[in-house]
Amino acid sequence: MKFGVVIFPGSNCDEDMVYVLRNIMKQEVEKLWHKEHSLKGCDFIVLPGGFSYGDHLRSGAIAQLSPIMQEVKEFAAKGGFVFGVCNGFQILCESQLLPGALLHNTHHQFVCKNVFIKAETDETIITSSLKIGAPIKIPVAHGEGRFYADEKTLAAIENNNQVIFRYCDENGYVTEESNPNGALNNIAGICNEGRNVFGMMPHPERAADAVLGNTDGLAIFKSMLNFVSA
Amino acid sequence: MDSLKETNVDTAEKLGLLPEEYEKIKNLLGRKPNFNEISIYSVMWSEHCSYKNSITWLKTLPREGPHMMAKAGEENAGLVDIGDKLACAFKIESHNHPSAIEPYQGAATGVGGINRDIFTMGARPVAQLNSLRFGNIKNERTKMLMKGVVKGIGDYGNAFGVPTVGGEVYFEDCYNTNILVNAMSVGVVPHGKTVKAISYGEGNPVFIVGSATGKDGIHGATFASGDLHESSHEDLPSVQVGDPFQEKLLLEATLEVIETGAVVGMQDMGAAGIICSTSEMSAKGEHGMVIHLDKVPTRQANMEPWEILLSESQERMLIVGIKGREDEIYKVFEKWDLNCTHIGEVTTGGQLKFYMNGTLVADVNADSLVLGGGAPVYKRDYKEPAYIKANKSFDINKIAVPSDLKEVAMQLAGHPNICSRRWVYTQYDSMVGTVNMSTNRPSDAAIVNIKNSKKAIAVTVDCNARYVYADPETGCAIAVAEAARNIVCSGGVPSAVTNCLNFGNPYNPEVYWQFVHSIKGMGKACEKFQTPVTGGNVSFYNQSKTGNEEVPVYPTPTIGMIGLVENKNKIATLDFKNEGDHIFLIGASANDIASSQYLVHVHGVANSPAPQFDLDEEYNVQQVVKDLIAQQLVQSVHDVSDGGLFISLLESAMHRDLGFDIITDEEIRKDAFLFGESQSRIVVTVNEEQLDDFLNAVTAMDVEFTNIGQVTSGSILIDQESFGVVSDYKTLYNTSIENELTHS
Repeated sequence: MKFGVVIFPGSNCDEDMVYVLRNIMKQEVEKLWHKEHSLKGCDFIVLPGGFSYGDHLRSGAIAQLSPIMQEVKEFAAKGGFVFGVCNGFQILCESQLLPGALLHNTHHQFVCKNVFIKAETDETIITSSLKIGAPIKIPVAHGEGRFYADEKTLAAIENNNQVIFRYCDENGYVTEESNPNGALNNIAGICNEGRNVFGMMPHPERAADAVLGNTDGLAIFKSMLNFVSA
Repeated sequence: MDSLKETNVDTAEKLGLLPEEYEKIKNLLGRKPNFNEISIYSVMWSEHCSYKNSITWLKTLPREGPHMMAKAGEENAGLVDIGDKLACAFKIESHNHPSAIEPYQGAATGVGGINRDIFTMGARPVAQLNSLRFGNIKNERTKMLMKGVVKGIGDYGNAFGVPTVGGEVYFEDCYNTNILVNAMSVGVVPHGKTVKAISYGEGNPVFIVGSATGKDGIHGATFASGDLHESSHEDLPSVQVGDPFQEKLLLEATLEVIETGAVVGMQDMGAAGIICSTSEMSAKGEHGMVIHLDKVPTRQANMEPWEILLSESQERMLIVGIKGREDEIYKVFEKWDLNCTHIGEVTTGGQLKFYMNGTLVADVNADSLVLGGGAPVYKRDYKEPAYIKANKSFDINKIAVPSDLKEVAMQLAGHPNICSRRWVYTQYDSMVGTVNMSTNRPSDAAIVNIKNSKKAIAVTVDCNARYVYADPETGCAIAVAEAARNIVCSGGVPSAVTNCLNFGNPYNPEVYWQFVHSIKGMGKACEKFQTPVTGGNVSFYNQSKTGNEEVPVYPTPTIGMIGLVENKNKIATLDFKNEGDHIFLIGASANDIASSQYLVHVHGVANSPAPQFDLDEEYNVQQVVKDLIAQQLVQSVHDVSDGGLFISLLESAMHRDLGFDIITDEEIRKDAFLFGESQSRIVVTVNEEQLDDFLNAVTAMDVEFTNIGQVTSGSILIDQESFGVVSDYKTLYNTSIENELTHS
């Protein structure tokens, strides 16, 4: 399994992602520079968090035009696995590899804190080892994380079982208080119809190193590997 | 060109220079300076660059320590050896005046500036902290400033991608006009990879890299723009504008260009822009430069030479490269899509010659401009302010113990100076970099992981300015002691200090008295803790005008301290762990409520001395706690500070919704026992299984300690009287600031 972590000039969670995949999950990792036109034979592409090209306009709006993203789009169209976290999720929505959009948080503030999310389906490769409905503690850190889609799209996402994570409280209840950004239906992460492209606002790579006192995110990385080796 | 005309003493004075300084400049040049040159001297001899009113006293601070690699003033920031062939670079700096004018950009560029100080040395920033002072939180202006500052720090630091791991926020009326924004950055660099802010080697190329130069932040000389080109000063923003994306690119490019080995020296451009970096690098390397200002990429057409020289446009660096290896440097900046422009050469001799389209527009000696060279040094007069006498006459016996102490406890738990800073810190990315070990395991200092090592760094910023105001020498010693205590309580060993000295007008003898005595107190405490002062910054003129009177802010010598955690498996945390654990107070209780939040905000008494403090006793208490942590005999460790013992216990209890049942000391007033802020006290908890071992250990140590009670499942009992349950306090404590800010 060879992971490719895409690096935009303003990516700032790229090294955190590489560290988890390489040092904790013991996987081969290739860094993919945004100006490149090749995915270097990677089997799984990860778009990390950060501010891609400064995100002065709209998060991810410029990134989706970059050379590397043309390759990522082609790779995804052929069924390749693509996983975006935070800014990576925003870029996937801007690239229309995922439905919906991520808007400014309702409270108009950047928010960084631990939140609880629960898997809504185990029929994706990033949730295959998670227990449906069981809350896990994963941090968020974003200013534009409010998932939004028009009514029809939202219904389709829900009906197709494309919601993979929802914000919840520590007991697993989906409540307004547990929603950190005003996302519709408390949506924290989704996948595409083909179930090969995934995006989530919370940062599982920040909850994967025992030294930081929270390893709830490891289950997501383990899911990927289980699925692939299965 | 008007800027080539001879100037006179009037111009010099308008630029903030003294008549005798103008004479000195004439003597140094052997002629009258032109406008470009007088502008250069005005900024380089300003307090900000030259430390002319403070350096005499700063030099008395201890600069040697077991871990020091670069001494104060030698580099852009202090450098401390942390073992494993790594060094830690760290510094704190103020951005007070810009933030008071334009809070968002002022605070943002403060964050940008301090991070550049770190990565210009070759260190990658790994953690940021900040220390903020605002006026009364009830004022609309305070709310506006606070929202702007916090958003500015967040937007810049979050995009730059370095976690904000700690800080402090206080509210006092003395900061109503003049807020304080102090930002600190901590970086890590492998030994041998550091770069100096130096220039040498005749013929070596000089590059300006990063953003283009604009007319922003031209301070000292803004007035004079009227003389030069009629009323254009109105469009010169005095506050710089920051772009964290450019800073992020500059960071990566800077660290990469150092790897090439083609760099002689490098300095970021902060205050006083190009003139500051060219002169400081040249003076240090005992060389000169020829610089062609017309080659500097500018944002506007027709910039005057002095504007280019003094511009404080953000996200720029000056690099001196090795002749013949220019392409290696260009290649890195091309990769990151940043400007890299060859603007001049290193020369022998110490002269800086600036040309504009072939015309020599300024010709000054580098050494004559800088601290330690030609910059003036003054000794100011000082005298004890009248209020100090009033403070000393405070008598605790004139203060009645309130009948309802539970009510007092509630009031303090929700006070803006004591309650949770959650509204502030959730707007900062505290976890990017995956090194913040305190997110899930809180301690008194923030713990920053060093990946692939057994070690971690402990960092903190501290200053209770009310104590410093009450008694500058004791108060400043307490600031150092509290910083050291926070590091010790987290399982670290204090290493070194950076300071940010925020004071009023140094020409006011009473303000200067506060300054001198603060430095004395800082010096003594830093000696005791073996934490040399590696650098920092002085910010004078923090004051507000009421009528015709200038009222200085509280003297606020913010202490940034780093410490080393040798074994990250032995980090101490502040939260109570289990019901039934025994609570011990290490250190002596005292009949003291002086300068406490309780005395000021419950009784409304402004004049009292600093809390009781003895440096040797403090050191001893810290050593005891250090040993107890090393022997892993304690479950939680938390010091007693603002709000006293009660608040300390409450803070430890809230994390896991536990409570406490304690007995007070009959010898001591109950209000002093619960809410007094006498120093050198630390609360630890011990589990039943280790109780005997703990008692054996602590009895063998020469320290006063008291078993004050036990951890409960959530109820709070004091002398068997119910003070409610922890959840009563928790909501109040967590939401007090957001309620003030959002319900206005």
